[in-house]
Amino acid sequence: MTDIRYLAPRSLEEAVSAFAAAQGAARILAGGTDLLVQMRNGVVKPGLIVDIKKIAEMTEIAETPEGGFRIGAAISGATLAEHPRFGKAWPGVLEAINLIGSKQVQGRASPGGNLCNGSPAGDSVPAMIAAGAVVTVQGPNGRRQMPVEAVPAGPGRTHLAPGEIVVSFTLPPRPAGSGDAYLRMIPRTEMDIAVVGCGVSLTLQGGTVTAARVGLGAVAPTVLLVEDAARALIGSRLEEEALEAAAAACRAACRPINDKRGTIAYRIKVAGVLLKRTAAIAAQRAGGN
Amino acid sequence: MAKVHVTTTINGEPAEFLCEPDKSMLDVLRNTLGLTGTKEGCGTGDCGACSITVDGRLVCACLMLAAEAEGHEIGTIEGMARGEALHPLQQKFLEMAALQCGICTPGVLIAAKSLLEKNPDPTETEVRFGLAGNLCRCTGYDKIVRAVLETAAEMRETAQ
Ligand SMILES: Cc1cc2nc3c(=O)[nH]c(=O)nc-3n(C[C@H](O)[C@H](O)[C@H](O)COP(=O)(O)OP(=O)(O)OC[C@H]3O[C@@H](n4cnc5c(N)ncnc54)[C@H](O)[C@@H]3O)c2cc1C
Ligand code: FES
Ligand code: FES
Repeated sequence: MTDIRYLAPRSLEEAVSAFAAAQGAARILAGGTDLLVQMRNGVVKPGLIVDIKKIAEMTEIAETPEGGFRIGAAISGATLAEHPRFGKAWPGVLEAINLIGSKQVQGRASPGGNLCNGSPAGDSVPAMIAAGAVVTVQGPNGRRQMPVEAVPAGPGRTHLAPGEIVVSFTLPPRPAGSGDAYLRMIPRTEMDIAVVGCGVSLTLQGGTVTAARVGLGAVAPTVLLVEDAARALIGSRLEEEALEAAAAACRAACRPINDKRGTIAYRIKVAGVLLKRTAAIAAQRAGGN
Repeated sequence: MAKVHVTTTINGEPAEFLCEPDKSMLDVLRNTLGLTGTKEGCGTGDCGACSITVDGRLVCACLMLAAEAEGHEIGTIEGMARGEALHPLQQKFLEMAALQCGICTPGVLIAAKSLLEKNPDPTETEVRFGLAGNLCRCTGYDKIVRAVLETAAEMRETAQ
């Protein structure tokens, strides 16, 4: 049996230096809802586990001076749901995070873990991409920022450099008339992996879309930012042609796999349908703001 | 393998144990501390038989390292009854036969208690979603859901 160590540092510097020093033999532990399953299956055999939940910044929710939010990467979905203002500003991001697993899983699962696990079907990722969230990453060479869509590299892989830890997600300020939403298609009503996931964020002024972002999950090796879909919506009043053009852009972006949950043709079709439904919810929420 | 020394609180009592760094909380509860009320079904977060609370928050003990218990408060099924006095949920599960083999029952009770603490007046749908992480192979969910709704109604009355 190989030796394994557990560390729960209180500072990010300590975490980064231990993580980097272990050179690939270490794993970051946030909620453990992916990692512990992988360790049990023998897929992952870390020599060092670095638990990041004792680092204050990793589990904080802060409102930025500009009027946005910065949420610690290791915060649990259940904790985020209890924040009095976050879910009002970003209902789509919150619903996406809260769709992850059962109440038990929610008690631990974090947006940072969902992103870094690298699953193309991670539910919070399309919503974070739609929100225009930026992650702050800290590694042996200091801090840097990257848009959420730049993190996934393929199933189970990210563009984080060796020793880098995702510290937080920064969500921009919300102009009046903004709303976001996330919908996923699953064969069951609860506890399943997305066949398609769609996040949409919109800003409307006098009924016209002035800003839009679309994230699409489970239809390609990584979660996608679909810029063509956003372009089709911007400037429109969400008329049927604009929605159909955005849906077509989503279908065109798909490079899905066949599996027991859905065929290629089915996933492509559902991607377009979900875009329309998700945009409708985001627009309705934008109207209320 | 170097063991980790953990100081924690379990069901309100201070507790200490030594564990291997990769041992789950479930393993330590059952095999080191002899608290076998918490069950293992799947070991991968799917069945909820291992439900416990950490600082009042519902989690799967199979998806938590025992080393993570350091400085936190753990709640298990062993802490649910007060001596011989059953918790209203436990009492109602017996009365309404909301269990058969009982393997899922500790987890269901812990999850139901956590649900009612946050939402004392849940709808049937809220109970079903709230307990979606708890699988039962034999009773059928109807009896469980009805027992939870019935207990909630009774507890609201007693609270008045
Ligand atoms: C029963 C069950 C149901 C589930 N249902 C869903 C679902 O519906 N939708 C869904 O999307 N997922 C689901 N999942 C998967 C999982 O819960 C999510 O991916 C969750 O968000 C992972 O977060 P975590 O904090 O538990 O991650 P962890 O397991 O702690 O970490 C996941 C990976 O990311 C790395 N990591 C974590 N945090 C960081 C960080 N800050 N910086 C760098 N690397 C990091 C870890 O080393 C590990 O490799 C489910 C899992 C279970 C067990
Ligand atoms: S044993 Fe933990 S969820 Fe099944
Ligand atoms: S009573 Fe047997 S699994 Fe639920």
